[in-house]
Amino acid sequence: MSIVQHLSALQVVVPLLSAPLIVLLRPPGLAWAAATATSLMAFAIAIALALGVGNGNNFLYEMGSWPAPYGITLSVDSFSAILLLISTGASSLALLGGKRSIDTQVEASRQPLFYSAWLLLLAGLVGIVVAADAFNIFVFMEISSLASYVLIAGGPDRRALPAVFKYLIMGTIGATFYLIGIGLIYMMTGTLNMADMALRIQDVSDQSPILVAAGFITIGLALKAAVFPLHLWLPNAYTHAPHMVTVFLAACATKVALYVLIRFDFFVFQPNLVGHALQFAYFLMPLAILAILVASARAMFEPNLKRLLAYSSVAQIGYITLGASLVSKAGLTASALHIFNHSLAKGALFLSLACLAMRLPSLRLEALAGAGRAMPWTMAAFTLAGLSLIGVPGTAGFISKWHLITAVLSEGALGVGLAMVIVISSLMAAVYIWRVIEVAYFQLPLNGSTSVKEAPIELLLVTGLVALANIYFGLSSDFPLSLSTDAAELLIGSAQ
Amino acid sequence: MMAENAIIAALLVPLLGALGIALAGRVSANLRETITMLTAFSLVAIVWSILPAIFAGERPGIRILEVVPGIDIAFQIEPLGMMFAALASALWVVNSIYSIGYMRGNKESNQTRFYVFFAIALSAAIGIAFAANLFTLFLFYELLTLSTYPLVAHKGDEKSVRSARVYLGVLLTTSICLLLPAIIWTYMIAGTGDFTVGGILDGKLAGPAVGLLLGLFVFGIGKAAMMPVHRWLPAAMVAPTPVSALLHAVAVVKAGVFSITKIIIYIFGVDFLFAEPSSGWLLYAAAFTVIMASVVALRQQNLKRLLAYSTIAQLSYVIMASAILKPLAEIGAAIHIVAHGFGKITLFFAAGAIYTASKKTEIWQLRGIGRRMPWTMGAFTIGALSMIGVPPTGGFVSKWYILAGAFEADNYVAITTIIVSTVLNAAYFLPIIYMAWFAPEDQSSSSKPHGEAPFMAVLALTITAALTLGFFFFNGPVLELEQQIMQGVSP
Repeated sequence: MSIVQHLSALQVVVPLLSAPLIVLLRPPGLAWAAATATSLMAFAIAIALALGVGNGNNFLYEMGSWPAPYGITLSVDSFSAILLLISTGASSLALLGGKRSIDTQVEASRQPLFYSAWLLLLAGLVGIVVAADAFNIFVFMEISSLASYVLIAGGPDRRALPAVFKYLIMGTIGATFYLIGIGLIYMMTGTLNMADMALRIQDVSDQSPILVAAGFITIGLALKAAVFPLHLWLPNAYTHAPHMVTVFLAACATKVALYVLIRFDFFVFQPNLVGHALQFAYFLMPLAILAILVASARAMFEPNLKRLLAYSSVAQIGYITLGASLVSKAGLTASALHIFNHSLAKGALFLSLACLAMRLPSLRLEALAGAGRAMPWTMAAFTLAGLSLIGVPGTAGFISKWHLITAVLSEGALGVGLAMVIVISSLMAAVYIWRVIEVAYFQLPLNGSTSVKEAPIELLLVTGLVALANIYFGLSSDFPLSLSTDAAELLIGSAQ
Repeated sequence: MMAENAIIAALLVPLLGALGIALAGRVSANLRETITMLTAFSLVAIVWSILPAIFAGERPGIRILEVVPGIDIAFQIEPLGMMFAALASALWVVNSIYSIGYMRGNKESNQTRFYVFFAIALSAAIGIAFAANLFTLFLFYELLTLSTYPLVAHKGDEKSVRSARVYLGVLLTTSICLLLPAIIWTYMIAGTGDFTVGGILDGKLAGPAVGLLLGLFVFGIGKAAMMPVHRWLPAAMVAPTPVSALLHAVAVVKAGVFSITKIIIYIFGVDFLFAEPSSGWLLYAAAFTVIMASVVALRQQNLKRLLAYSTIAQLSYVIMASAILKPLAEIGAAIHIVAHGFGKITLFFAAGAIYTASKKTEIWQLRGIGRRMPWTMGAFTIGALSMIGVPPTGGFVSKWYILAGAFEADNYVAITTIIVSTVLNAAYFLPIIYMAWFAPEDQSSSSKPHGEAPFMAVLALTITAALTLGFFFFNGPVLELEQQIMQGVSP
């Protein structure tokens, strides 16, 4: 076997093995360097996997060469490749640019532990994505959740503690629900491998436990994915976490849970349960619409910038679930594409907030007065990413919005209403982004201080790079689009 | 191949200019203004160099890249877009001369930002003019909105930021809520959004849906300022006058009516719309806007707001003319874009010159100002006469063609609207002219004696006034260009 075939295993193994070793690296600079190198290696593996998947390779890996229903299998397809790219990419870029930001927020003695938890979170997230059986998904979910509790509470902000406690309670309920669900399925089918599950459920005579399992799994994962109205843990957790942790989590954490939700439903439940596609649609679509409208409205009146963007994330998760709830190829393509494009936009936005936080006393709206002049590059990146979030043509956000509107419009009369929801929420996004831009560019600083300088160069470079990626993928969307189309075909193909 | 390179150059030169201006702004104001003028002159040279090819019947085009399969960024020049680009680029030169006089005369702050975004806006306008499909048009349409926002909010005080919010709010809302769905709908039913002679929707759409799609386009293109989406234009008047002059009398608003005309001709197709009764409402809606905006203009006390409402009325003239759906009227619509451009930019230049020289903004302050500022008020008079449509001004020519088209279609709604609005135009412009030249100066209010505006400003408004007069006599090339549009449309 060549190294290429081991990639899907290495994707998890590399960060998982480096994490405990980093605890031993006491000099904080060294811990950072090791974590960054590991994360970059994981990113490189993800790119290799994505390219391989793009060339039609299917990565199915049997741990220890034990065949499928008995051994543990890992699999990487187009849908997984998107998630792997954004998780490892967000982690690498946040680490590359964020050293000084982390230095100011995490004391040196705890940094090795912090970086170790960071890699465990990364390992957990990619583990969820590559695992092909339901129980390993649970295990990796627990690893990533525990690591993320540690990371969120790792900053100097004491308010992170109640926020993380809330997250912990709700996250644990979510994980428990998920576990109950797979327990029920295991009881009825005797298997944990998802592909095997999909085959064996057909032979189950009484389908009601499976239906109950579907309910538990959907709710549990929706909690993890912050699907409205189960999003209550998210805004405070994002707001009070260290800035770089927010960048990492916002770009990928909820999307990974959403990935499992979509995957489970389309691969396991929809082919087997009669009428389940409709149940799925009726359950998620109203929630998606509410998420889009309510969370966007909430963001419009939020003075704290991190919480503003956190609410915006809840709304954007609504877009992704809306696309999936159409249960059509076009809808799923739009969802997968938006997973990719939104992580670019939100990643760049939270990175520029991290830049601002390095120089400004607070991240409340009024503290930004005059930032357009004092930190022109940071605010330029913020503006670009904001335009992408709004969905202005020429940016990545527009591409996914275009696909989403095309997808809903092919649903007939209902689609027109949904299209209205999408365009109205784009306007709401314009309002909450523009509030920031107005203050930053057209208000003079209150105390007239001119001491504010630009953010550290490495952070600024990374921020600018991600902001420009929004433009690049807005003009040339071939790569994410082909992955998304493949993913949608795969999902919809197995559902029928 | 030359024309293809020229398209790219016309888009890039203003952007490079913007970069140069931004860098030069840190060195010296003179260098910055020199670069602005150089950029403006290069742009006009590039754009006008394409003209002979268009006259010869060529339609040069270029595809840049495919964004999504079937949707690409592409440019193609046809007569209508050529005319718009030629107009905007030529007036940018005059306007830059004027800007220098105005911005220095009023000691405005943030002048570098002003020139930078002005250049970006011009690039966006050229992009709209040369767009080969709806997607490209939409891309540059939004770029134009965003790049003009800092110009409207230029002063940065509470009032201008609030007005800029209205500006951005209306233009973004209409474009995202109406125009974008209309474009996606078009791509879905026609499979393409390319501007094609004869339209692309024939046989793909029928019945009330045609009227609905037309409505989404017309109101989605908020830049055309058709009522009730006109509110942004009076709000935009807080901007420095050069912005109002070039952008809100020519580039931005004409981009709106230009887009509507282009969509009517190349997406729907004139014949297709003429055969479809559900599209008839457009004429009435435009006629309503013409009359209402003129009535509102009658009641304005502030000179720039009056000009803004006059612009709203004149824009709907163009829409109404295209909605008559007769070749003569379509030509009239195209000519009116040019004629109104010359006249209205002159009026705004005059308003700005008055403000620079005397800080007067209200109409009642203008008593007897003609004796102090004879050049300015002379130009103002010519511009106003062109708005009314009195020969020998450019406004007469376009009105002639629109009326001829209306008679050809036996469209009495359009004919009545033109007559009534001419009366209304006269009713709000003639008193100003009378007051400026013949009324005695109000001694108490004019505490500060003043003369003419800075030389650069006067030079610019004299040029545009001369163009307004000249267009009456030398409109042959524009006519010839526009007659090409009608090839392939049955008379």
